[in-house]
Amino acid sequence: MIDSAKSTEQSDQPVIQVKGLVNRFGAHVVHENLDLTLKRGEILGVVGGSGTGKSVLLRSIVGLKRPNGGTVEVLGNTLNELDDQQRSQIERRFGVLFQRGALFSSLNLQENIALTLIEHAKLPREDAEHLARVKLSLVGLPPQAALQFPESLSGGMVKRAALARALALDPDILFLDEPTAGLDPIGAAAFDQLLVTLRNALGFSVFLVTHDLDTLYAACDRVAVLSQKRVLVVDTIDKVAETDDEWVQDYFHGPRGRAAQRAHTASSTNAYTQE
Amino acid sequence: MPSEWIARHDQTLALQGEWTLAHYRDIKSALTQSDVGQATHETVSLDAITRLDTAGAVLIIELIGVEKAISVTEWASELPKEQQALLIRIAEAMNAPLNVDKPSHSRINQALASIGQQMVGLWSQQRQLLAFIGLVIATLFHLALRPRRWRLTATVAHIQQSGLNAVPIVALLTFMVGAVVAFLGATVLQDFGATIYTIDLVAFSFLREFGVLLAAILLAGRTASAFTAQIGAMKSNEEIDALQAQGLDPIELLVLPRVMAMLISLPMLAFVGMLSGLAGGAMVTSLSLDISLTQFMATLQKDVSVMHFLVGLSKAPVFAFVIAVIGCLEGFKVSGSAQSVGEHTTSSVVQSIFMVILIDAVAALFFMEMGW
Repeated sequence: MIDSAKSTEQSDQPVIQVKGLVNRFGAHVVHENLDLTLKRGEILGVVGGSGTGKSVLLRSIVGLKRPNGGTVEVLGNTLNELDDQQRSQIERRFGVLFQRGALFSSLNLQENIALTLIEHAKLPREDAEHLARVKLSLVGLPPQAALQFPESLSGGMVKRAALARALALDPDILFLDEPTAGLDPIGAAAFDQLLVTLRNALGFSVFLVTHDLDTLYAACDRVAVLSQKRVLVVDTIDKVAETDDEWVQDYFHGPRGRAAQRAHTASSTNAYTQE
Repeated sequence: MPSEWIARHDQTLALQGEWTLAHYRDIKSALTQSDVGQATHETVSLDAITRLDTAGAVLIIELIGVEKAISVTEWASELPKEQQALLIRIAEAMNAPLNVDKPSHSRINQALASIGQQMVGLWSQQRQLLAFIGLVIATLFHLALRPRRWRLTATVAHIQQSGLNAVPIVALLTFMVGAVVAFLGATVLQDFGATIYTIDLVAFSFLREFGVLLAAILLAGRTASAFTAQIGAMKSNEEIDALQAQGLDPIELLVLPRVMAMLISLPMLAFVGMLSGLAGGAMVTSLSLDISLTQFMATLQKDVSVMHFLVGLSKAPVFAFVIAVIGCLEGFKVSGSAQSVGEHTTSSVVQSIFMVILIDAVAALFFMEMGW
């Protein structure tokens, strides 16, 4: 019989395990004894007020910031203990979408995506650009966009192109930093849907930092709330919303939270009736 | 034809093994070696595929065609759901036309077009520069009578950055060039037994030309680039637009303080350059030519009139204005990307050094004709 796509690793093992993470900038402590796990194939939404260190958490998992304490285990390896080459092997299995896209401004879109295919997968330029155009089409960009430069793109197109670049090497883990911030509601909803479709097809795990309540309801399997320098609660969104904490209550049961919840229940009942 | 990835059993084409990005090139060459071609109408079995990712999916879809891939659920029910979904999703993406033709022209046409473009660019650049100079001067006159709107703090800050902080490098550089000129003079003039004229050589060259020219070229590299990068970063961050939207004049706020700071800094730096060039010359003449410092000073006083000093210094404000205006204008031309900031910074340094030397040459001609 056919093995599942990622047969070499046990499927119940978490892809990311953060234990006792400590991060500080000078005297300012951002994280203290923070624990978090990302399971295989799930979309984990990470929320928290401004300044609770969501992006810092993402950066310390990806390896852009060295934590002041604690361990980050990715795919069974502790990143800080690996030498450069092993580390680079692991990092190839990451796809990161930065908050403002961070597309290389001197390359056009297909070159942006082909770069890692040429450098890491050692594909010839022609094949790499062909695959890059498939990826661009996969995230819903028109074919003409392949030759455009990032500065001539709208915000939504930048996000899509950045997602295509994050997907270039078929990552096992996708890190998204506020992917829907700055998108119009239609574009944001389309992005949520795209993310779920791609996850179902490609089977990657997603670490999603967001403020967007609609994204949490539409796309996330579990939600982690960062508060008081640690992860306050991790669970399905309905259970998280019940947590007895002032910030969580304000967040999920404020006017916007209620609206998002209503929209979600309405759309899911619609989906059932259509089926 | 059986290989690690493709095999043919009876009438069935069996794909097997890991169809992933890591094996992309091997699979592709295996496909071209075997005479499979397009297998749109053959029976294909995907059962033996152990791993599949987007790159592998693209290869499969190229082999079997988009329509067959979209209907994968009908003929490959053995395939896991995720891989079916992957194939369908990629096939949908590949259904759209993927290749866009780059507009291609013949090489001669391209060469001609690029020459034309550059000429038009050069022309419009000069027009822009003249227009910008006009704008700056108009704003300057407008504000000259309104001292309350002078940006003193900003101006002083820029004087510190572009003037005061540049004193050590200007002094060091002109000192060394002064020494070099003196050595050169000593070597050449020794043959004529006229080494005493080394003093005149150093004095004339530094008072009339080198003091101000070296200071101006240094500031063109140091300050014009800084102005372009500062204003360019503000431009790409939409800060210039924000100023305009709030009814504030970016010329008044950003350009004039910089221009004023340069107008004050460069003459002072030119003066520093002259003195330190003379000092360099004096050091060489006293150490290697046995001309004492007293004799150096006496000759300087006797032979060199103050006219030469004034001729040299009169060029400083012109250079200062040109450098500051080019630096600021290039900053305003920045559009969006980080690359654009780099391009315009380079362009501002090249242009301002070019303009400084051009003006200096014209001025030298003018002063010679006037007999000054």
